[in-house]
Amino acid sequence: MNIYVCIKQVPDTETKIKLNGDSSGIDTAGIKWILSPYDELAVEEALRLKEKNAGSTVTVISAGPTRVVEAIRTALAMGCDNAIHVEIPENADNNYSAKALAGALKKEAKVDIVFAGKEAIDDGAAQTSQLVAEYFGMPCVTVVLGIEYGASSLKCKREVEGGAFEMVETALPALVAAQKGLNEPRYASLPNIMKAKKKEVKGLKAADVGVSDGDQKIKYKNFQLPPPKAAGKKIAGDPAAQAKELVRALHEEAKVV
Amino acid sequence: MAKVLIVAEHRDGKLKKSTFELVGASAAAGNETHVALLGEGVADLAKELGTYGANKVHIAQNAALKLYSAEAYTAVLADLAKTISPDVILASHTPTGRDFMPRLARRLEVGLASDCVTLAFEGSGIKVRRPVYSGKATAEVEFLGAGPRLATIRANALGVGKPDAGKSAESITVTANVGDLKSKTLEVVKGASARPDVTEAAIVVSGGRALKSADNFKIIEGLADVLGAAVGASRAAVDAGYRPHRDQVGQTGKVVSPALYIACGISGAIQHLAGMRTSKTIVAINTAPEAPIYQIADYGVVSDLFAIVPLLTEDFKKIKEH
Repeated sequence: MNIYVCIKQVPDTETKIKLNGDSSGIDTAGIKWILSPYDELAVEEALRLKEKNAGSTVTVISAGPTRVVEAIRTALAMGCDNAIHVEIPENADNNYSAKALAGALKKEAKVDIVFAGKEAIDDGAAQTSQLVAEYFGMPCVTVVLGIEYGASSLKCKREVEGGAFEMVETALPALVAAQKGLNEPRYASLPNIMKAKKKEVKGLKAADVGVSDGDQKIKYKNFQLPPPKAAGKKIAGDPAAQAKELVRALHEEAKVV
Repeated sequence: MAKVLIVAEHRDGKLKKSTFELVGASAAAGNETHVALLGEGVADLAKELGTYGANKVHIAQNAALKLYSAEAYTAVLADLAKTISPDVILASHTPTGRDFMPRLARRLEVGLASDCVTLAFEGSGIKVRRPVYSGKATAEVEFLGAGPRLATIRANALGVGKPDAGKSAESITVTANVGDLKSKTLEVVKGASARPDVTEAAIVVSGGRALKSADNFKIIEGLADVLGAAVGASRAAVDAGYRPHRDQVGQTGKVVSPALYIACGISGAIQHLAGMRTSKTIVAINTAPEAPIYQIADYGVVSDLFAIVPLLTEDFKKIKEH
């Protein structure tokens, strides 16, 4: 099978976000960049599918500035065979990025299945998977917790609200967007990390995949940090007194109960 | 004034509260408010949409729309959008809305602002702001180019207005051409829990690592049930196997903004705060007086959760009975 994984590089979850001088974005200095956690699940699922199907290859694709090659190396170290980097600007929106990723997929001889994370933890927009599928012309199942593989189709367990699931059947090729719970991503072994450093990363430019400025449909501006919160009220006393006072405050002051 | 199209969401024959939020906000701003109602046997729901201020409800019914289908929804909504040419299209940022809206945006060749927490109508457009880095910052979204403005709005961000039984909407039957479908929802498997979803609930009671076991979450559940609340958990509690991942609140879990968030035994790691800091009222219960959670709590209670949570459950029960 020709298996593909779309990944994104994002700031580590422990990053303290600071704004740049004119609040047009964040200050990226000193940020530790990681492979987005949901994309790790996508890489893992691709590798497991490869291991079950002899002769398969897994190709990792990322669209972004030069730094994203580090995240590509992480995916290669986990066990991906091939890699493609589409160089696009730092602030490309979901539409621009998705068109670039789909453009890279369309250049491939045959695509059987594509995996991605259900969202990236930087903008958390949860748009790119669906957009890649639309641009490529294939179905897409998002927030997937389990997959039953058939010969030319998949049955996916898709998480919806209230702990319920939708069982979705889809024809292949298809894009599957992974949710936590799908699998436990492996750690890269040291030999694989060394090998990954030497693997070739195929480079493409925006023009190679048919993307241009007009594909940018939205722009983020006027960034703000959450307003500092006024000091809260401390409720003292023994547990019984604290409970009474908290219940009174929530009922009479905050009026939320 | 704008022409606004809102995509209604329903499950088990009932409209979602988040749909009423959108309809109410659009109507309150004096917009021409259209609602798309997709499904099978759903025509009766139009009346309720009218009471929240919808002017027109476009009803598309087809067996392929009985259960949510990404492809069928996208096809029908793209047709409807081309027919009525709205200035703005809104849906809730729910598992359903967040799934089809990017596809609709692509069909209409426009951008989408997803998971917005503020919404203002300005002329024929909208001004929206959304969290980035899971709420560690927010950004305004500028739409580039022409065409309708698309946004998904986080549940509970706008609040539900009061319905007016005197108001009604005109129902319009729409032909549902679902097209050639490559995927299909076979069935919906119900969750075991009768509690509301953590992203939709007005009140969330969350537990952290201090709960020490899955079994001890019973005291969190007891408090949640008295309040009609959802149960949430920190990443530490989920990683320890005390709760399923679907309950996790934080940057790698769910992002919530309930009216009341009660954090029990949660220290307040930056990635947890990112998931709940937009809650309107925050209560922190923790034994460590220096825990970071107190920096964003409206009410801080330095106490052992095992002592105080059962007392709170009893005291809230008394209030609820009155």
